[in-house]
Amino acid sequence: MFFMKNLQGRHLISPNDLSLEEIRAIIELAHDMKRNRSKYSTLCQGQILATLFYEPSTRTKLSFESAMLRMGGSILGFSDANTSAVAKGESIADTIRVLGSYADIAVMRHPREGAPKLASEFSAIPLINGGDGGHQHPTQTLTDLLTIDTYRQRLDGLSVAFCGDLKYGRTVHSLIETLARYQGCKFYLVSPEELVLPLRQKEHLVKKYGSEIIECRRMEEALPHLDILYMTRIQKERFFNEADYLRLKNSFILDAEKMKLAKSDMIVMHPLPRVNEISYEVDRDPRAVYFPQAELGVYVRMALMAHLLGVSK
Amino acid sequence: MIEVASIKRGIVIDHITAGKGLLIFNKLNLASLGYPVVLLMNVPSGRMGKKDIIKIENFVDVDTAMLGLIDSSITVNVIESEHVTNKVRVSIPQDVKGLFTCSNPRCVTNTDSYVMPSFRLHDKKSCSYSCEYCEEITRVNLA
Repeated sequence: MFFMKNLQGRHLISPNDLSLEEIRAIIELAHDMKRNRSKYSTLCQGQILATLFYEPSTRTKLSFESAMLRMGGSILGFSDANTSAVAKGESIADTIRVLGSYADIAVMRHPREGAPKLASEFSAIPLINGGDGGHQHPTQTLTDLLTIDTYRQRLDGLSVAFCGDLKYGRTVHSLIETLARYQGCKFYLVSPEELVLPLRQKEHLVKKYGSEIIECRRMEEALPHLDILYMTRIQKERFFNEADYLRLKNSFILDAEKMKLAKSDMIVMHPLPRVNEISYEVDRDPRAVYFPQAELGVYVRMALMAHLLGVSK
Repeated sequence: MIEVASIKRGIVIDHITAGKGLLIFNKLNLASLGYPVVLLMNVPSGRMGKKDIIKIENFVDVDTAMLGLIDSSITVNVIESEHVTNKVRVSIPQDVKGLFTCSNPRCVTNTDSYVMPSFRLHDKKSCSYSCEYCEEITRVNLA
């Protein structure tokens, strides 16, 4: 009942590749997979996932692997471009052509923006973008949507604040663009001036979706109004110089004192890993859902792969 | 007034904004053709005041997408037996492949040389294009 035939065999490069109906189908299947995990334990028996990680990743890679293993499938791949044929100068196109005959579905993370889109043009198997530079991270977006749907039972009419690095944070770019497609979402952008959401994206959100956007320099201004507070870390690897990173990394820290300003049913999300932008004392607050969010990432990747592989129960 | 004879069979690139004729001449690499080619500059024009014109005495492939990016006022006339048999008004193209590079240094098209940079028109007024791979906006200036 949750399977959508038209997702079978498709690639996922950007959240915009999915219609809202397709996103709903993935989320519903993920809910069911969480409720009835054993029902799906052999769903992908005989299927192989290739993990092509050209830069380090813990969470995304392991959650994809966990997702496939929980459905009875197998995994192969590399997690360091220096130990693969890539180190010998093999192109993305050739790597995916070859891997396509070894596996049934693939996930790629690459530091170059647009690399998964390029790979998909040469891929005979469904290819999922596992993050490309500061560009897109669609499965993190699906994870975030599943988390919101789990805790708020809806994806429209929400007041959402994004806090921290809004300039380079690809999770923010992907999620805000997707939430804007739902009716009535209002966005609070909380960041230092150096790390504001790119003007182009802001203009695009207003022009294309009529989004309501409120910019704040302090978290406290937004907190009382929010359904969701989405925290991000200041990402060292996106900076060109160390001095800028050190100057900005302590900006915007959420602590128990600030949480007093928030509504009792607001949720705090974070794509993880965190550095110090959320104090450990906040972990004990029931509104902090970033660890359950990471767990939901496995279910949403299970649901996504099941759809793209066209396997049905 | 300098007189240039009409051509019997070939291409006339007309209504070039005055001053851009030489740029187009070079971009189309017309010096290497081996056919008679004439570049007229600052020709009086009722509509434009002054214009440039290029006449090529033979049929050649003219990249109208590139012409559109340089100057959207251009018309390309195909001449047969001294008569215009086809007239194409160029415009800023919706989709562009390979004519310029993506402005994003992190874009895969800037490192993997076998990829043809591909763009979709983002804003006609500023002549800016969105990269098909990284979605970064590149402002085009072929001059």
